[in-house]
Parts: sequence; C-alpha cells; structure tokens
Amino acid sequence: MEKAARQPWLKPLVFAPALSPLLWLASRGLRGTLGPDPVAEVLNRLGLYAICLLFCSLACTPLQLVLGWKWPLRVRRMLGLFAFFYACLHLSTYLFVDQGLDFGGIAKDISKRRFVTVGFAAWCSLVPLAITSTQAWVRRLGYRRWKALHRLVYLAGALACVHFIWRFKTALLQPVLFTAVLALLLGIRLAARARPAARRVSVPSESR
Amino acid sequence: MGIRSSEITPRSLYIRRREFLAVGAAGAGALLLPRAVLAAAEAPHGRKLEGVKPGQPSTDEKKNSLEEITHYNNFYEFGTDKDDPARHASKLQTRPWTVKVEGECAKPGTFDIDELLKFPLQERVYRLRCVEAWSMVIPWDGFPLATLLEKVQPTSRAKYVAFETVVQKQNMPGVGGFGAIPFPYLEGLRIDEAMHPLTLLAVGMYGEELPKQDGAPIRLVVPWKYGFKSGKSLVKIRLQETQPPTTWSQYAGGTEYGFYANVNPEVDHPRWSQAKERRIGELFRRPTLKFNGYGDQVAKLYAGMDLRKFF
Repeated sequence: MEKAARQPWLKPLVFAPALSPLLWLASRGLRGTLGPDPVAEVLNRLGLYAICLLFCSLACTPLQLVLGWKWPLRVRRMLGLFAFFYACLHLSTYLFVDQGLDFGGIAKDISKRRFVTVGFAAWCSLVPLAITSTQAWVRRLGYRRWKALHRLVYLAGALACVHFIWRFKTALLQPVLFTAVLALLLGIRLAARARPAARRVSVPSESR
Repeated sequence: MGIRSSEITPRSLYIRRREFLAVGAAGAGALLLPRAVLAAAEAPHGRKLEGVKPGQPSTDEKKNSLEEITHYNNFYEFGTDKDDPARHASKLQTRPWTVKVEGECAKPGTFDIDELLKFPLQERVYRLRCVEAWSMVIPWDGFPLATLLEKVQPTSRAKYVAFETVVQKQNMPGVGGFGAIPFPYLEGLRIDEAMHPLTLLAVGMYGEELPKQDGAPIRLVVPWKYGFKSGKSLVKIRLQETQPPTTWSQYAGGTEYGFYANVNPEVDHPRWSQAKERRIGELFRRPTLKFNGYGDQVAKLYAGMDLRKFF
C-alpha cells in the first residue's frame, strides 16, 4: 500500500485524456477537417464527450465496489467537473452558434421540444453538483445532505441518455448501449446497498 | 452511523492501477476518435455527361461544392451517419440498371439507364432543404419526370405516383441493421406534383454522372419538398389510384414526417423548429422559405389545403 500523497501522477494521468478530445476537436477546427457541417459536428462531439465523462465519473464508485479499486474515487470529482465542462461547451455551442442567440427560438425550443427540454434539464441538474463539488461545500452542507444532493448525478445520466436517444429518428445502437451501461452502473450500486451492513466499513460520520 | 468504504476518500491505491490506467486511456481515446477523420475526404468524379443545357428555373445562389454534396448525405441504406454514404456507397452496383414504370398507364415499360441518359438533359440549380433543418444548393443534371411519365401515357386513374428505391443487401451495410428503417425505401407524390415541371429525375450533378452516395444512377428531385421525398437510386415508378404508403409516413406511427412534406417554416417538426435552416458552408442559420422558395410555381397545387394537417 502506498500513501495517497505518493501518487502525484494520478490526476495528471486522468486530466490529460479527459482534456484531449477538446484539443483534438480544436485541432480539427483549425485544420478545417470538421466536415461539411462543422457546427453540427462540434455540437454532437461535445455532447458525446460530456456523456462519456459523466459515465466515467459514475463508474468510479462501482469500480470500487466490484474490484476494490480505490484510486477511481480520487479522480471522481475531476471527471464529474470535466463532464460539466463539456456539457457547458455543448450548451454554449447550441446557444451561441447553432441558434445564434435567437432567444425567442431558444425559449421555444426548450419549452416545446421534449428532446431539447430533457437535454437542458440534464445540464441544469449538473449545475448544483458542480457548484457544491468542493470540500468546503461538503462541510457546509454536511456529508449526508451533500451525498443526497449528489445522487442527482444519476438523474443527469438518465436525462442525458433520453436526450441522446430522442436525438435520432431511428433507434440507434450507441445511445441504447449508453443507457444499458448507465443501468449497469446504477444496478451495481443498488446491489451493493442491498448487501448486509456487516460487509460495509462502518465509520462514525464525525470522522469526516 | 454506517458509512460505506466507497464514501471515504481512499488513502491507498493498488499496484495494478498503472496497467489499468494505460489500457483505460487507450480505450477511451479510441472510443472518442471521430470516425469522420478516418474517412477519405475526396470528391468522387463520375463520367462526364454530354450535351447538358442550362435549364430554368435555376437559382444563382452560391452552389455547394462537390466535396460538400458528396460528404454530407442521408442515405440510410449505407448507414445513418452523414459520412457513412461517402464511405460505403462505392459498393453500390449501378450497371446494369433499369427503371420499371408500371401501373395505371397505357404503355408500361422498363427503361435502361443508358437509354435514360440519352434524354435531353438540362442543368437545374436547386435549393435542397433537408427536414433536419440544413440545406444546400445543388446543380442537378436531369430531365423533368413528366418527360418519362408522358412516354408511358398515364390513364385517368393515375392519381398518385409511387417510387421504389434499390436494395442491394450485400452492398448496403445499413440494410437490416439494428433499428434500421424498413427497405426498400418508398416514396410517393400526387400525379400533379409528379408532372410539375420543377420535378426532376436527376442523373448527374456538376455535369458528371451522379455520385453513388447522391443516388446514382437516377434519383428524384422535388425541390419544394423536404429532401427525403426525393428518393435515390430509383428502380420502380408505379402509377396508381390510391395514395401509396411511404417509408417515413409509416414510421413511428406517422408522427415523424408526413406524406406531403412541403418545406414550411410555419409547421414545426416534433423535435425541432423548421423556421430556420443552416446552409451547409455557413455558420449561422438563415430563415427557411415556404415551399423552399418555389411557392410562385407550386403554391397553387395546394390551394385550399390545410398544410398543418397535410404536413
């Protein structure tokens, strides 16, 4: 066993791959290789990256539960914030470029179209999680309330999946697979909860 | 006060993490690598067409490039991504090719593609408005559908025209896949729409035979309707008395796209607004024109019809 402080490379090693899709997208933009509809390409890629990162952050706890790995928990917050970062870029692309800040059209889109409504709701549910992602907020809310709040991440994941599925006019494998992965990740947690308490490490809450 | 170990910031890590991280990073990288960049971005050139004359109406708007027109396609037989047709359509066999014209007509017949290529060809530069709210300007080479239909002499019972497009299962990776729409792809028009001088059978673009991903060797072009009405790679045209079933008007209970599908900024799609469109090559959306700007020529076909009901 090593001390956590001895893994200075862990966070950079996750940070770099999490950021790389954005750099790749930017380089494609600079080289003009985004295809005939670059706006749609950027919008869709950023949305896909947001879902991927969100799922990476959701996989941390199940990895710990099933395989006993603890290192994913140390990068969970970073992955979650990256998911929010990509979601913000995705939303900004939609607002500023795709819709050209036509507020009437945007309001109509969000209120009238369930596909857009659900995507916007997914982003909204990530906002409080990003704001309260600091240690200071854990202390301010108290760990139990903080944790209850952060269960919203599963709602965000579910909404993101629905947004992804409804985007297409036909049933497509990719969004369906994402939904299956989400169900699996949630299932692992539920199964762990159902296990006898004896298998859990009991720690007094004051120790936090 | 039970708090699971999973809830505690871990103090220790295991040695195997290095291996996992490396594999994980490589896997994530591969997943996120855009497939578009892997596709060759080269515009295909078909055989040059002879004797194409300029035709009217033609817009003088800036034409989209052959590169754009051949790398942003909806041709679900080859996959649902916009770049799938560019990557897979080369497998389409376009010779020998015949178009069967049958049904309510005095002289049904089967026309060889090389015979159809000898029809007097004209260039028509048309706007194409996709139902997905993007658009292009395309210089088609072809002839009015009416020219072919007049040859078979429709009877008075010919009220509608049904179009059937090719299925070459072994050459089409999108046929029969997960969640795929049913094929052959079926489309239809009312006879007056089909006989309208704007309605083309296109056999080329930019003076060359049609690229395969754009519907080689012969396709329909109905410029005032959403693009999906213009079936690609046609093999059968049937004149009939009843409104034909069409692929999209049957899909998902008919809520997705209707039979008429006239471009109309006032009637939204359930999932997006049709008020604006993005012209491929432009950054911001532009307003969509009713009947795609061809209202002067075609609005009279729909006099008295509720276009919200007959969407």
